[in-house]
Amino acid sequence: MAGLIAYGAYVPYHRLARTDVAAALGGKGGKGTRAVAGYDEDTTSMAVEAARGALARDGLRARVSQLFLATAAPAYLDKTNAAAVHAALGLDPHVLAADMAGSVRSGLGALVTAARSPVPTLTVLSDLRIGLPGGSDEVAGGDGAAAFVFGGHRNGAPVIAEVLAHDTVSDEILDRWRLPGAPVSRVWEERFAEEIYVSLADKALTAALDHAAVDIGSIDHFVVAGLHARACAAVRRTAGVRPEAVTPDLAGAIGNAGTAQPGLLLADVLDRARPGETIALVVLGDGAGALLLRATDALPAHRAARPVASQIAAGSAPMPYTTYLSWRGLLDREPPRRPDPEPPYAPPAHRRTGWKYGFVASRCEKCATRHLPPDRVCTSCRSVDAMTDEPMAHVRGTVATFTVDRLAATPSPPMLVVVVDYDGGGRFRCQLTDATEVDAVIGARVAMTFRRTVTAAGVHNYFWKARPVRTGETEGTH
Amino acid sequence: MGSHGIRDRVAIVGMGCTPFGEHWTRSADDLLIDAVGEAVTSAGVTLDDIDAYWFGTQASGVSGLTLSRALHLPHKPVTRVENMCATGSEALRNACYAVASGAYDVAMAVGVEKLKDSGMSGLSGTAMPGAGDDSRGEITAPANFSLLAPAYAAKYGLAGEEMKDVITRIAWKNHVNGARNPRAQFRKEVPLERIRSAPTVAGMLGVFDCSGVSDGSAAAIVVRAEDAYKYTDKPIFVKALSFVAGPADGLLDPAYDFTTFPEVVASAEEAYRQAGITDPRAELALAEVHDCFTPTELVLMEDLGFAERGQGWKDVTSGAFDLDGSLPVNPDGGLKAFGHPIGASGLRMMFEAWLQLRGEAPAERTVKSVAEGRSLALTHNLGGGPGECVSFVSVVGSQLTE
Repeated sequence: MAGLIAYGAYVPYHRLARTDVAAALGGKGGKGTRAVAGYDEDTTSMAVEAARGALARDGLRARVSQLFLATAAPAYLDKTNAAAVHAALGLDPHVLAADMAGSVRSGLGALVTAARSPVPTLTVLSDLRIGLPGGSDEVAGGDGAAAFVFGGHRNGAPVIAEVLAHDTVSDEILDRWRLPGAPVSRVWEERFAEEIYVSLADKALTAALDHAAVDIGSIDHFVVAGLHARACAAVRRTAGVRPEAVTPDLAGAIGNAGTAQPGLLLADVLDRARPGETIALVVLGDGAGALLLRATDALPAHRAARPVASQIAAGSAPMPYTTYLSWRGLLDREPPRRPDPEPPYAPPAHRRTGWKYGFVASRCEKCATRHLPPDRVCTSCRSVDAMTDEPMAHVRGTVATFTVDRLAATPSPPMLVVVVDYDGGGRFRCQLTDATEVDAVIGARVAMTFRRTVTAAGVHNYFWKARPVRTGETEGTH
Repeated sequence: MGSHGIRDRVAIVGMGCTPFGEHWTRSADDLLIDAVGEAVTSAGVTLDDIDAYWFGTQASGVSGLTLSRALHLPHKPVTRVENMCATGSEALRNACYAVASGAYDVAMAVGVEKLKDSGMSGLSGTAMPGAGDDSRGEITAPANFSLLAPAYAAKYGLAGEEMKDVITRIAWKNHVNGARNPRAQFRKEVPLERIRSAPTVAGMLGVFDCSGVSDGSAAAIVVRAEDAYKYTDKPIFVKALSFVAGPADGLLDPAYDFTTFPEVVASAEEAYRQAGITDPRAELALAEVHDCFTPTELVLMEDLGFAERGQGWKDVTSGAFDLDGSLPVNPDGGLKAFGHPIGASGLRMMFEAWLQLRGEAPAERTVKSVAEGRSLALTHNLGGGPGECVSFVSVVGSQLTE
């Protein structure tokens, strides 16, 4: 049987309170918070974190045959961002990695493509939404990522949600657009597209329901996603589903993550759907799409390790609005009196892809000493070229000592630095992220997270940092 | 195989040292010309008498031409050496070995560094090239050495405030000494409370816990010991020269606990063996140590055998290493107050040993131990940081061993 076999979601740690935007700029303000990608995150790094969640189960990684990354905020143009995700996940070189980048609708496209695919497919939806200060895209937007593995074809992985049907309708409609290079979108008067979208959603949903022979009244979870808030609300109201089936859009807590929003909302439903329940996902944008899923008996045993709700709950206290602006490049702050950071050089980065992207260390075959970074010569017994790969991304550790570097160049001073001793051996000194100074203490437990450490000379530097293991996170998961 | 010291085989017969500080109007060439000039005057020679040069700089020039061009030396061998913050000491070590080998009669070691021209904070002009994949991450020097403080405090049960008191005491002491040194970068005593409450730079370290970023140069002239009295009545004889580059495994190996520099322990043991020292705290008249940051000096007191493990902080607090203590440490103000132009620092330390052992230090900071009969001084220099560093230890003395 084909269907969904795994999923994972990633909600960044940081939050911005909408009232703080209003307090800074005037106006009434809004309710709630939005999720904010860290200064060291982009759509590629968030995609990695979501995909790690989806591939946490043993053996799943080896089954993936293709990887699609959907985003409207690609970290690079020309260069394939999915290749970095592929490298960070340590997927087989023969796995196709391709971007579906540019439009918000690429999230729907990637989901449907994966659901239709004859081979096990990892599809990752990731977005980082920026609006002009005080604008509705800023306050209503959000950042995040979600990942799904569709497949189950002759490979033994249990299907957790059966794909019942899907349908898409496409329509050329100028309701939201952004020229290449522009930081923010422009939108037409909102009421213009509302009726059009309601009609398109009805077409797609009806077709999918007909195909699956499912009655709209039997839908248990009705998810509507799209950047046109009025149209989404109208679809929820008028589609004919039972009112209790309409799922929350999470906008109050994390905002609307654009390309990733259908993925985050679907992941949230999968976190709690019961076996046998029917899920309808409707996505609006340049047309509409509908995906019907039915949770199987396997779902409860294979839910994501980090539910969306717990990631929302684990978010930071609201950050200062000025910090948010400077992280997004909307407020240029005086840099420290330090040299400009160096970009990574292409050949050494390529030579050490396993380490730099995959955090794959080495273990001495003679004396079992772990080496981070991988070495040719064992630091303990000095054997030469007797090393095996030692993936470390999932290994947790304990802080041996730490510092707070107030002089280092970082987009978010001060830089927190920890020396991490890993469970099972090995040590590495790295930055501590998603943290404040109180988190940098001897004995603190940390997990590893994939980040964009710096962008220098137009090159993104991706590498791993430690982050605090928050209360409520179980040991043994990442 | 084996390491054979050159105890009493060579002597330093002339030295020069510029004032260290912010030399906005002077270049690296200007500084080294002055230090070299002072050294030759002090030895009563001319540059024509120098047979070979070892020139140390980390980032203020490359190759021997940096020295030979500035001095317009006529076709002399000039070797440029670099070993991070131990560069000046490395230049001296090589010059000493060149003379001890018999290859040259008279050698000069010169160190120079011009840090202030970069316009940056800290040692930005001397950034080390990484693996190139940029996975190591930038960490500034104060942050790197600040890793020692929480580890030391945790291991020996000091509360954060107690630890801060200890390192503050070290900075205070070195400023007291520097205030008595006309060549020092910082020449004012700084009250304990001002040191303690200064803005933090990294971890527990405030601005007064960090060595001065400065410009400067120092030079030494080395001859065979038997020739030494031809040049001066008060030569300084080299008793030990010890240098190690560590395996750099402290950031790989959880067994390293950030309360010691194993490289310093190893180089000190070797130096004491070469010099025949068994109780450094009692035998040395003074020590010039690499106080790049205040926790470094604390840890060095234990690594160099001046204090028992875990007890160094008590000796610091009781004043054992003060100018009038039982073993004066950094009587010239150290890197803290004298300043730290990388390539020059090792030779600057030797310059203080030179002055003190010859009885030529200004009266207000002359150590009592020399008059009381001690005749040995130690200089210690390290480069790198906790977990991966190079370490140099010398012992010099004003007397030939009987």
